[in-house]
Amino acid sequence: MAFDAPEDLDEFRTSVRDWLEENCPPSMRTPLKDDEIVWGGTREKFKNPESKLWLERMGEQGWTAPEWPAKYGGGGLNKAQARILQQELRKIRARPALFSFGLWMFGPALLEFGNEEQKKRYIPDIVKGKTRWCQGYSEPGAGSDLAGLQTKCEDKGDHWLINGQKVWTSYADQADWIFCLVRTDKTVKHEGISFLVFDMETEGVEARPIKLISGSSPFCETFFTDVKVPKDQLVGELNAGWTIAKRLLQFERSSISAGGFGGTGGSGILPPQEYAKQHVGVDESGRVADGDLRARITEHLMYSKAFGLTVQRSTEEAKAGQEVGHTASIMKYAAAKMNQDKCELLVEALGTDGLGWDGDGFADDAKKATRGWLRSKGNSIEGGTSEINLNVVAKRVLGLREHQ
Amino acid sequence: MSFVLSEDQQMLRDTAMAFARDEMPVTHLRELRDGGANGVDAEMRGKLAELGFFGVLVPEEHDGVGLGMVAMGQIMEAQGRTIAATPLLQTAVIGASVLILGGSEAQKAEWLPKIASGEVTVAVAVDEGTHHAPLNVATEAERNGQGYTLNGAKRFVADGHHADIFIVAARTFGEAGQAHGISLFLVPNDADGLSVQALNTVDSHGAAHLTLEDVAVSEDHVVGAVDAGWEVLEPALDRGRIALAAEALGSAQAAFDMTLEYMQTRKQFGQLIGSFQSLQHRAAKMFTELELTRSCVAAALSGVDENRNDVAELASLAKARASDLIHLVSNETVQFHGGIGMTDAHDSGLYMKRARVQEALLGGASYHRDRYAKLNGF
Repeated sequence: MAFDAPEDLDEFRTSVRDWLEENCPPSMRTPLKDDEIVWGGTREKFKNPESKLWLERMGEQGWTAPEWPAKYGGGGLNKAQARILQQELRKIRARPALFSFGLWMFGPALLEFGNEEQKKRYIPDIVKGKTRWCQGYSEPGAGSDLAGLQTKCEDKGDHWLINGQKVWTSYADQADWIFCLVRTDKTVKHEGISFLVFDMETEGVEARPIKLISGSSPFCETFFTDVKVPKDQLVGELNAGWTIAKRLLQFERSSISAGGFGGTGGSGILPPQEYAKQHVGVDESGRVADGDLRARITEHLMYSKAFGLTVQRSTEEAKAGQEVGHTASIMKYAAAKMNQDKCELLVEALGTDGLGWDGDGFADDAKKATRGWLRSKGNSIEGGTSEINLNVVAKRVLGLREHQ
Repeated sequence: MSFVLSEDQQMLRDTAMAFARDEMPVTHLRELRDGGANGVDAEMRGKLAELGFFGVLVPEEHDGVGLGMVAMGQIMEAQGRTIAATPLLQTAVIGASVLILGGSEAQKAEWLPKIASGEVTVAVAVDEGTHHAPLNVATEAERNGQGYTLNGAKRFVADGHHADIFIVAARTFGEAGQAHGISLFLVPNDADGLSVQALNTVDSHGAAHLTLEDVAVSEDHVVGAVDAGWEVLEPALDRGRIALAAEALGSAQAAFDMTLEYMQTRKQFGQLIGSFQSLQHRAAKMFTELELTRSCVAAALSGVDENRNDVAELASLAKARASDLIHLVSNETVQFHGGIGMTDAHDSGLYMKRARVQEALLGGASYHRDRYAKLNGF
């Protein structure tokens, strides 16, 4: 079912529209349900069979990664074509075919730093959602100070030998492969780190879920005991993994601030002003009766609007070839604040209905909002804490210096 | 919505920035203040007119350049950078907008060329209490044979102390709080019964209280339809709010730049104060607010030019966020500078004083949050 993308953009749009009409199953044009998200990989169960079909069709076209090179299974589209595809998908309210750290983080880094053999080996399965990847970065002693990581990687001639522990490994228990930062030189800090990938089925790898305050377990502690990794699974040069790590963190931060936050609430949750109207009541002119809550909700909505406009502005500036980076670097901090404020306001507006945990007596959307509120506390920690991001802004953007 | 300037707009921006820097630096405001000029400088007004700044919104057929609000915003931002006192907001933005949106052909033909050339300055007189509340107009306009008789008082009219012409909002019907029944009148500053009390204001820009006692105006001095002045006044005020938000953004940017520079030169405990993490984080947060506000101002400016139907919402967004921004940044500027920031010799105090006026004029953050919520139905 190979898709020959017409050069002419109008023709391209028509052919995309026809293809979607024929290939996007009806239930994939409805709002995404939390339990029908497809992460791919060998453990994927596809609760809705149409989501399997949708992933297969999109993956075949390479349209899960529209701008990646066609020779690695990507869509091979240029920017203008990719934008048209995006518009047409939005128009029919199509669900994303695949959620994937491979697509968002590892793939882009591999395309930049991997060798030809590695790209051919890993990228096509990422595009098709056949391999699910997890990220082995943080360690118990290396969170914000990521470069302090200690997981030991020794050169044993015909293989690497790994010993150590990772933490906050998102969905490690569900993943097929891991991309991982390891220490290959103890005598230097940043220059002694390397970037390795390996199969989570390898002997000596163990992932244990961590239960969070929200009751869910998206994260794991991951242990490596005498794990043997083939030599050709090192990405980039030995001891030069920090450069790849930093680049990958940029992909991570921008995918988080582009809306990939946990705790946002998701489907079924109303905006805070609606809960405030229902649970606090309105005065005779239709305003939320609690003036202070109303003002704080409004402030939050205005912040969100300002955030959205800033995303729009930086996109336009980038298109016009103007210097960006300035706005990009503040977005992770701002997005975390925005989402946390929203979650706090939801719980407050719900009143005691926002204080349920499970069972009867509380509406499903209210319980979801409560769990989302707890989850949102991680927004200012994951992918670089707000403090680390403020440091980045202060030093790289504002040019303020280190303490001497 | 467009966030990237066209070539014309960029050129105007460069001109305005250079003019503010070279001709109207903060020292110029100090000179006006110390010389007792109360923010009024006729020579400077002439230079602004020569550059065409008064005619940016005025259509070409009335001798303006018709470049629109995005262009006007660049001038206002530049003026904000050096907290310059000019009649641009009241004359070139709000006054011109009232006439463009509501003026009869004769009124436009008479007044717009004079505005564009800088020959007359205008002040729009709306508020009667200490807080912006344009619906609360109580000044009475009573119909009599040939025209109207105005009675009432207006408080803290920006540029009122040197305006040639006032646009006075008065009530021809109904009562304070209602939109219907407000009408707009052109009143020359030498009209019988009008008294202008000049005010010395904290920002050294000046303003005036007006008293109207049996001021007679003729029918052809009514701008827009009788009783329906609100339909002209509200969008004109929105343009003013957006322009003022652009000005405040410029002031905040300048105060922030000044603070950043100080952080990179001032030492305490043998360290540059800019290397202290507690200050770095506050600076980074201010920068975030600046960038977010810049997007809101840009969206509102282009929203007017594109004739969008959410201009009111965008205006309140821009003005509320700009008010909060300049409040935060001006306070932090004084605090970051320490003792020197408390001295009259240093500019940070001047920015803080102007900030409070920028916040209060045309509605502060509370006013615009309330309006934003109402516009969003809650």
